[in-house]
Amino acid sequence: MSDTIAEASSSGGAQKVGKINEAVIRIAGNSQDGIQAIGGFLARLAGRSEQEVMTFMTIPSTISGGPSIFQVRIGSGEVLSAGDEADMLLCFYQHSYEDHIKSLKLGGIVLYDADHVQPRSDWEEIYRHVGVNISSLTVEAVGGTGRDKGKNIFAMGLLAKIFDLNVPKLTKLIEERFGGKDPTIVQNALVCFNGGYNHSLENLLKTYQFYAPEKKDRHQVVMNGNEALGYGLIAAGVRFGAGYPITPWSDIMELLRRELPKYGGSFIQTEDEIAAISMAIGASYGGRVAVTGSSGPGISLKTEALGWAVMAEMPLVIVDVQRGGPSTGMPTNIEQSDLNIACFGGHGDSPRVVIAPTSVEDCFYTAIEAVNIARKYSTPVIILTDQGIATRIEAFEEPNLEKVCQDISPNFTTVADHKPYDLSKPDGITQHLAPGTRIESGKYPIVTGLEHDELGHPTGSPKLHQEMTAKRRNKLRKLAWEFPKLKTYGPDEGQILLVGWGSSQGPIREAVDRARGIGEAVSGLTIKHINPLPNGLEEIFKGFHHIFVVELNDEGIYGYGQLASLLRARYCDARIRGINKSDGLTWKVKEILDRARVLASDKK
Amino acid sequence: MSTLSTEVPDRNAGNIAVVNAPTTSATGERKGLTKKEIAADHPTWCPGCGDFSVLALYFKLIEKRKIWHEKITTVAGIGCSSRFPYFVQAHGAHFIHGRALPFASGISLSRPDLHVFVFGGDGDAFSIGGNHFNHTARKNVKMTYCVMDNWVYGLTKKQTSPTSPLGFKSKTDQWGAVDYPINPMKQAISAGATFVARTTHTNPNHVLQMMEAAMDHDGFSFIECLSECVEFYEGAFDASNPRKGGVFNEVPKTHDVTDELAAYKLAGEPFPGSFGIFYKVSKPTKNAKEAEINKSFQAKTTGMKDWQILQKNFDRMK
Repeated sequence: MSDTIAEASSSGGAQKVGKINEAVIRIAGNSQDGIQAIGGFLARLAGRSEQEVMTFMTIPSTISGGPSIFQVRIGSGEVLSAGDEADMLLCFYQHSYEDHIKSLKLGGIVLYDADHVQPRSDWEEIYRHVGVNISSLTVEAVGGTGRDKGKNIFAMGLLAKIFDLNVPKLTKLIEERFGGKDPTIVQNALVCFNGGYNHSLENLLKTYQFYAPEKKDRHQVVMNGNEALGYGLIAAGVRFGAGYPITPWSDIMELLRRELPKYGGSFIQTEDEIAAISMAIGASYGGRVAVTGSSGPGISLKTEALGWAVMAEMPLVIVDVQRGGPSTGMPTNIEQSDLNIACFGGHGDSPRVVIAPTSVEDCFYTAIEAVNIARKYSTPVIILTDQGIATRIEAFEEPNLEKVCQDISPNFTTVADHKPYDLSKPDGITQHLAPGTRIESGKYPIVTGLEHDELGHPTGSPKLHQEMTAKRRNKLRKLAWEFPKLKTYGPDEGQILLVGWGSSQGPIREAVDRARGIGEAVSGLTIKHINPLPNGLEEIFKGFHHIFVVELNDEGIYGYGQLASLLRARYCDARIRGINKSDGLTWKVKEILDRARVLASDKK
Repeated sequence: MSTLSTEVPDRNAGNIAVVNAPTTSATGERKGLTKKEIAADHPTWCPGCGDFSVLALYFKLIEKRKIWHEKITTVAGIGCSSRFPYFVQAHGAHFIHGRALPFASGISLSRPDLHVFVFGGDGDAFSIGGNHFNHTARKNVKMTYCVMDNWVYGLTKKQTSPTSPLGFKSKTDQWGAVDYPINPMKQAISAGATFVARTTHTNPNHVLQMMEAAMDHDGFSFIECLSECVEFYEGAFDASNPRKGGVFNEVPKTHDVTDELAAYKLAGEPFPGSFGIFYKVSKPTKNAKEAEINKSFQAKTTGMKDWQILQKNFDRMK
């Protein structure tokens, strides 16, 4: 592993500047203190400095207030997770100090607001303590308003000093963020920042400097997963959507509501979840793939209409930003417990496509892929993302927008004849024909949720029900062959294969790197296409003694998580076992490895 | 970042509006449709059902107004009357129970070139889909919604409906309905519908007149059409049928259709009440409002291609 603060501190005590490869900074305070803003600035700065970055945050699900954290991991090399342990803890209150000191590495630095935090002597022995009167110095710097608004920016100034961050770039970011109506706001922010930056840190032994990152070919963009997904949908050509507010999906709907009018599109806020999916399906029927989405209970409400889209073979994109469930559950926590409802939710045999993006960048491209599959296979596609990806910020290579943006305007060219559910089409793949299209035969299609004949008219024929059911299933079997062949992360043979999906990809890969680093034969595999599963997984499984499916969901009554159950059902492979947890938090690399080692030694 | 390699269509110059209206041959070249051309499956309704006359008058409307197959969309939810789209030879959709209105809104808001007609029953409109009725009305989404009200659940064979009068004996209220019925006209007016009319299947000319006026209304137009269920609620509307000794009273000529309180008063008359347009006002539609928002945003991006608009967002995130 790279040089970290703890290592850089303990070696060569005389030098004033320690070179580091990466740093994990945890900022703890209350939700109204603007700690997300500091994290956002640092993430954006990393993006502009061609560094890698990943963030992790918790927000209370209360309306205002409550403890909140924001963790940023900045690195000159690849950053795969938000980091197990922090190198530095910036804490504003006694509770932030006491609740989060355990997240700090031994020898790590505690930067605390001496106005509110009373350090404990036992901790002072194992962590480096640096106290600054952040609140009172902020008040002093801004000029005696008596309020400590701006202390987050003051603290960022301190961090800029400690990590030798690029001050001109940060100043520009502050100006961009606070520039606007009232010039005094920017002035105050800069005063706070400079106050922190110029504060003398006598009790800090040294400052740190990141190694220069590798030069990147393209600019980096910095955003969170919900933004990447929203913009991805726009790039894909989606111009209509409907939704109902629910955390953490709402960000996407707000973004689309704000952005789509620029492209001549609309996003409609509906009276409820059912209306949202119904309206999106109506617009899809109108000829252009539309989007709806939700989280938690909202997804349950949408399942009946989803079943209609399967039956009527209507293209549609549904975003499920998973959160802790069931019912209202844990609205602001991460969980991967919607795999079953995404793949199987609803009555009857209703095959649909489920894709789980694996990173913020992947959210952007998954949106495009989902739209294209929906169109080509005339099917609903669920994008199964989660609260972790939705809210975390990453820097990634800017997409070539001119190349990836697509026009999916409906085609109204007159056709001679049309059967919406033509059974003679290869692999059962038929396409929706938008209203407005003239059909010369004079026979017009009905799309319907009743079992139907090839023209969409109701039928009670046992033969037709069997054939249409097969049609709806066969097209997805065909789709499975189109997925790219999966590759393991690390060698394709070894002791343990860690299988994961969605946001667990990063921590799993870091676990593989760490295990390989000490000679353990561990590899990783991310399954992005959950339904249908890609073909050829059994070939990959052959190369390993143990196959552990790492999921943020419960092991269930029968002992296996949701993806593990699906894989066991498909491959009847008893080596498939689960590593599960449901504490509402992202995976720590150490957790995964510890659990994997125990499970591997358990001869079950 | 693996993207599925499906073909990327060529881009047209300029921005894509919600829809590029299909180009059809110049007006006049094509004649209006005949009843034969517009009729599809033979209706599955019971002989004598009131829905037959609504269907026949819908055909007549299409014939009379020379609407082509591809210019209309017929949408329905679930129920006897909701089988409607199967009987019409045009693009149509048979959606799920109670949700025909949001589905139709999706069409209306993305396809301004289409006439969207929604047909359904009292269960679809006022029970399972009740909230959608309120919100589609208040948003004034442009479409015509014709509710064929028979005061009973017919498809499931005689259960109490939200419009069943007190005392109506059904399989779910064997001793007679105890819940106060919904008054569809009051519901529509108070929800903010901008066109509210009442008619009955036994007066074909009046039905057609209401359909035409509803179709021409720029906004959410609602028609309550009494449509007798001869199987499970025979004689329900006799009092409104002069041939059965009832009276068919038209809305008084002196009635001001823009007067909401007067309309509400009409809606409160005891059965058989009045028939005709109770309420009609001109208010900007949801469609027009969304179009206006788009216009103001697009004024700032004139001449830019879609990817260039998106690029501006990405530039801010560097």
